[in-house]
Amino acid sequence: MARKIIDPITRIEGHLRIEVELDGNRIVDAWSSGMMFRGIEAILRGRDPRDAPLLTQRICGVCTHVHYDVATWAVEDAIGIKPPPAARIVRNLILGTQLVQDHLIHFYHLHGLDWVDVVSALSADPRKAQDLAHQFADDPWNADAKHLAAVKGRLAAFVESGQLGPFANGYWGNPSYKLPPEGNLLVASHYLDALDVQRLGGQVLAILGGKEPHTQTLVVGGVTCVADLLNPKRIGDVLFRIRKLGEFVRRAYIPDVLLAGSVYADEGLAGTGRGIGNYLAYGAYPLSDDLDRSKLLMPSGVILGGDLTRVHPFDPSKITEYVTHSWYRYPDETRGISSAEGVTDVAYTDLGPDGHVQGDGKYSWLKAPRYDDAPMEVGPLARVLVAYARGVPEVKALVDGTLSRLGVPASVLFSTLGRTAARALETRWVADTLPGWVDELVAALKVDDRTFTPYTLPREAVGFGLSEAPRGALGHWLRIEDGRIANYQCVVPTTWNAGPRDAAGNRGAYEESLVGTELADPDQPLEILRTIHSFDPCIACAVHVLRPSGPSRAYRVL
Amino acid sequence: MPKRPPLRAPRSQRTAPPLDRVERRLDRLDRRFGASGLPLDELLARNGVSRREFLKWSSFMTAALCLPPAFERAVARAAALAPRVPVVWLHLQECTGCTESALRSAYPGIAELILEYLSFDYHETIMAPAGHAAEKSLEDTLSKHRGEYLCVMEGSIPTAMDGKYLRLGPAGETGLSLARRVAADAKAVIAIGHCASWGGPQSAAPNPTGARPVHEALGIRTIRIPGCPYNSVSLVGTILNFLLVGDLPALADGRPAWAYAKRIHDTCPRRAHFDAGEFVEQWGDEGAKRGFCLYKMGCKGPYTWNNCNEMGWNEAASFPIRAGHGCIGCSENAFWDQMAPLEKPLADGGVDIPFVRGVEGTVDAVGWALVGGAAAGIAAHAAYSGLVKGTRGSGENREE
Repeated sequence: MARKIIDPITRIEGHLRIEVELDGNRIVDAWSSGMMFRGIEAILRGRDPRDAPLLTQRICGVCTHVHYDVATWAVEDAIGIKPPPAARIVRNLILGTQLVQDHLIHFYHLHGLDWVDVVSALSADPRKAQDLAHQFADDPWNADAKHLAAVKGRLAAFVESGQLGPFANGYWGNPSYKLPPEGNLLVASHYLDALDVQRLGGQVLAILGGKEPHTQTLVVGGVTCVADLLNPKRIGDVLFRIRKLGEFVRRAYIPDVLLAGSVYADEGLAGTGRGIGNYLAYGAYPLSDDLDRSKLLMPSGVILGGDLTRVHPFDPSKITEYVTHSWYRYPDETRGISSAEGVTDVAYTDLGPDGHVQGDGKYSWLKAPRYDDAPMEVGPLARVLVAYARGVPEVKALVDGTLSRLGVPASVLFSTLGRTAARALETRWVADTLPGWVDELVAALKVDDRTFTPYTLPREAVGFGLSEAPRGALGHWLRIEDGRIANYQCVVPTTWNAGPRDAAGNRGAYEESLVGTELADPDQPLEILRTIHSFDPCIACAVHVLRPSGPSRAYRVL
Repeated sequence: MPKRPPLRAPRSQRTAPPLDRVERRLDRLDRRFGASGLPLDELLARNGVSRREFLKWSSFMTAALCLPPAFERAVARAAALAPRVPVVWLHLQECTGCTESALRSAYPGIAELILEYLSFDYHETIMAPAGHAAEKSLEDTLSKHRGEYLCVMEGSIPTAMDGKYLRLGPAGETGLSLARRVAADAKAVIAIGHCASWGGPQSAAPNPTGARPVHEALGIRTIRIPGCPYNSVSLVGTILNFLLVGDLPALADGRPAWAYAKRIHDTCPRRAHFDAGEFVEQWGDEGAKRGFCLYKMGCKGPYTWNNCNEMGWNEAASFPIRAGHGCIGCSENAFWDQMAPLEKPLADGGVDIPFVRGVEGTVDAVGWALVGGAAAGIAAHAAYSGLVKGTRGSGENREE
């Protein structure tokens, strides 16, 4: 048995360490550790509640808008107001565009190199690559043989230059790379195209939100971009870019994932990277002005044990967090505490004397959230499965169409490949939805050009906001006392996925998903990266809690 | 809120460095790095940027950097070299927003190409290898290009608990130790974004992790490019400037003067409304629809030195004030504490609102008048750096 450290896990947001126990080439145990702590929630205490959205936004610059969004909903909930229709639609548009952009960057620039061997692309036949592209799309994006030959030539020049920059020391040639050279060339070419295309998403967010990363248009009560909303040129700018993004999703992203899916289908069918099999979605994108949580684009729900025949209703009061294996202290660490009521003290115990994490002790800055005491996976796969199991027509069509295209059963989704495919299908789902929201916005503004709901800030109040970040379910809870933030809590997607074990020793989602995986070469953790990246880690988000100990406060739990 | 120290103007722009020295320096860089990496011509051609556009851009950058026109050729040479100089980009206590910003250059075309194709020998967000192999990329660069690589640091450095709030790499090195090691042999250290420049949100009161900006934590000089995030054109210009002169640029409060010498307030397209006393009084009101001044909604433009208005964001798609939200002062030291609450004007902001004296208590309690005082234009720039040192981490939110 050998213990391996993989730190840093690169191509993610934040600082993550993975350690695995190997039996030969097979992973028999795994530990996931968040290695950085900031204490944003402690910093929020005593501040004006209206500053919480912009400050919590800085928890993450990758899913740069979601904390801003959720915090705004949370403060509005505490005050007891709803934004006007136009503001609700603008928020959906920004959140949705951000999801599309973020998923594109994730697939091509963060996750792509786990599936694509750039060096292999050098031996591709561009003509065959063009044919390959046409197998998965009628009008593939930028995939004619001439163009691909030019890309190949440039890649060759780059490799010959010897200065590989970020591509140096990659795991090129590892047998776990299975795409043919032509497939590698095609996706590598789209990797470059996506660098350009993702900027369109940033521009949409900037038009509606001033700048991106870290948009600046939401305020408690509404949005500020009213002058742009009333300017048809600006709305046109948004619509044009949203459509272009959607086009890239349909003509590049989806076909590339289908291509990968066809080659890596066996891994999916074998359940590589399956993980826990429990899936949780809070739901997101309110479609009605009364913010009815049964009318969301992405429905909420819980799936247990991979059973798609039953979706359990989501009840936020069932969320608890354990710190048994986290660098915090509870009076009684054998039980979890409701995340909105918990007491948290830093109790850093360092790495072990051998430089490894202390797996049977405390080993991460992440807490271990549990739902009804069970570990959960959140993220695109969870959302797609919940929507699929609930029979959302667009999702049913996308999932069933993809499965029949590849000739595989739905069980293929419970895997690393399934996570990656679900993210692509979800991107398509949202990208197809966005243009309709622009129409809805224009129609709404014609009858009601309000973008702000006036309010008086209460002296005492509690509130919460729930939504879905690109990486999964996100919730903020706050308590206002004396007109100031008395307490603030975030329960974020990567805490669900990357968190450590709980008191009962149940592994977190990352840890569980790695167990059983075979490494082609134990010195090259390619398969580990592939599975971890399939969750799209965002560690800065995940490490959040710090509250000086004190009497636990009575929180309204929803 | 402590009283502002007396105002002083930043030093005037530097005089240009001797052109022959610049050319000699570029010759040397060319000999060292010219054969490696991707040729810029190639990048430009692939992206459909013509030679003519490139020269136009060079002359834009030359002007932006406050260099005389004779430097255009040198700027073009520096741009061509930029993708070949090895860069080590460290992620410390941060949110990766600054990396994302590098991917969304404000000035279309060339700047973003240079950023995207900088030779990121170590950059955790984009590099292919992980773990030990990533470590090897870092160590290879540190030894092979000792004293020659550029170091970009994103994020603040936690100094409490012996720096153990951040551990990196297979050996679990603290962020503090790694940053010190990488900085030691770097040609220059660029502190990118608010966290590295000023400490970021995690350094706001009560600063639980002892987060410090890079220059404070390491006791070194850095080129600071603040902003949350910074505008990527400021990074490109700073790198070009560095390649040209091999030294820190003219600084205003530790920041490149060429990018940070103007106040948001002075370049604001809504400035006429300020002067005319036309203000947004409530989000979404008639004034908001008509693009009135955001001062009374908490805009911190009068105290903020940055180029958002001029350069725009996301290929000049917009900037916060255009989107109807006030500036929050994100390029200024300790703005999370000093400029809060963000939706309220500073009580002692040193700005007098024309025509509306007495309308709002927090606003008219101000001191001197802006109008007619040229020195006032320089205002908080120097002021913040002075007053913040005494208040960081004091834990007190300012009352109105």
